[in-house]
Amino acid sequence: MDYHKPSTFEEAVAIAAGAAGTTRFLAGGTDILVQMRSGIATPEVLIDIKGIAGTRDIVREDDGGWCIGVAVTGAELTEHAEIGHDWPGVIEAVGLIGSTQVQGRATPVGNLCNASPAADSVPALVAAGAEVTVQGPEGTRRVPVEDIPTGPGRTSLKKGEVVTALRLPPRGRGGGDAYQRFIPRTEMDIAVIGCGVSLRVSGLVITEARMALGAVAPTVEPVRGAADALVGTRLEKSALDALADLAQAACNPIDDKRGTVKFRTHLAGVYARRVARIAYERARAAQ
Amino acid sequence: MTKIHVTARINGDEVEFLCDPRETMLDVLRDRLGLIGAKEGCGTGDCGACSITLDGRLVCSCLMLGVEAEGREIGTVEGIAEGENLHPLQRKFIEHAALQCGFCTPGILVAAKNLLERNPDPSEEEVRYWLAGNLCRCTGYDKIIRAVLDAAAEMREAS
Repeated sequence: MDYHKPSTFEEAVAIAAGAAGTTRFLAGGTDILVQMRSGIATPEVLIDIKGIAGTRDIVREDDGGWCIGVAVTGAELTEHAEIGHDWPGVIEAVGLIGSTQVQGRATPVGNLCNASPAADSVPALVAAGAEVTVQGPEGTRRVPVEDIPTGPGRTSLKKGEVVTALRLPPRGRGGGDAYQRFIPRTEMDIAVIGCGVSLRVSGLVITEARMALGAVAPTVEPVRGAADALVGTRLEKSALDALADLAQAACNPIDDKRGTVKFRTHLAGVYARRVARIAYERARAAQ
Repeated sequence: MTKIHVTARINGDEVEFLCDPRETMLDVLRDRLGLIGAKEGCGTGDCGACSITLDGRLVCSCLMLGVEAEGREIGTVEGIAEGENLHPLQRKFIEHAALQCGFCTPGILVAAKNLLERNPDPSEEEVRYWLAGNLCRCTGYDKIIRAVLDAAAEMREAS
C-alpha cells in the first residue's frame, strides 16, 4: 500500500485520479482502519488529507453559514463555542458517534462517506440542509449531503473525487434542530433508528421543516413530505400525527439483530414526534 | 514494501522509527518501540485498551497508522508515573482494587488522566460517559469510577 500525504486538494485529486488500484482517503481512520484489518477494504493507495491547509478549520462564512474542514473531528465540533448554538441537533448527532477515543479522531465527513444507513450525523445534516464541496479531475461541485450515499458503503463520488468541505447554511432567526436515536443501551452502540428534524418558526407557526431518518432504509431517508405536514401548523397533535405517519411510510428497513421491520417502523413514528417537539422548542427559543 | 521514516515525540522524548504504512500506531509502540503498556483488546476501536493521547487528544492507537505520528506528540501509560513516583490515579487504582486482570488498566489510566486534565472535578456521570469506550470485564466498573473520583479529589487538594 502506498501512503500519500498531499498538501493541496489538487495534488490529492491528481493522485486519486491516476491511481491504478483501490484508492481510499484517510481522515480520522475510524472506519477505514477497521475495514483494512478485517479485509473488507484493501486499499493499494491511501491518501491522508490531514496535511492539506484548512482541513482542520471550523469557519463562520460571510453569510452566517459554517464551513467545516474535512478533517475536523467530532470532539473539535462538540467543544466549539458557537456552532452548537446555531446547530445543536447536528452537534448532538456528531457527539453520539462512538466513544471519547473515537470522537478524538472520527469526522462527520468520514461518517457521511462511509455511507452507513445508520450513520448518526447524516440525518441531522440532511435535516439541516447541509452540503459538501466535491473536487475532482473535472472541477468542483456542491452536492447536498443526501446525494452522497447511494447504498450501504457506496457513494456517488466518482474516481478521483474527494470531499473538500462540509457546509452548514446560515441558521437565521427562529431556527431549531434536533437529533435523537434509539439504542438499547446508553452509549457505544449503532442506531436502531435515528431521526433529525430542523424547523423554522415565526411566533408559534412553523414556516420551514425538514426531517430525515437513519437506519430505516439502504441510505439515510429524507422525509420529503415533512414540510407539507408541518408548515403552517403550531405542531398540534394533528400535525404530529401526520408527521409520524409520513415517517412510518418512509421506512423500508431490514430485520436484523438490532431490530425488526415492525419495531423500526414503530420507532420512526415515536422519534418523529419526539424530535420534532425538541426542534420546535429550540426554534421558538431562538426568535 | 518500502518502509517510511517517522519522527515523533513520545512521552516527551524524540523518537524515530521505520514502519510499513499499513502498521497501526499500536503495533509500532509494542513491536518496534518496546512500549507494551498499550494493549490490543479488539483492534477495532471498541475496547479502549490501546488508548493513547495524540497531541493531547485521547485516541485508540489501533485506529491510527504509525505514519500518522510524524511530527506529533504521543502520550502512553509509560509516561504517567514520574520515575518511581506513581501518579495519583495509579495509587488510587491500587488502593481501591480497581483492577483484576489488568489488561484494560493502561488504557483506562490514560483516558482518566486525559479527563482530569480537562475537567479536574468531574461528576460520576461525566466519568462514566468519558470512560464508556474503555471496556473492563473484571471489575464491574464501580471501583474504577471510585478510584478516578478519589484521585481527582486528591489532585484538587494538592493543587
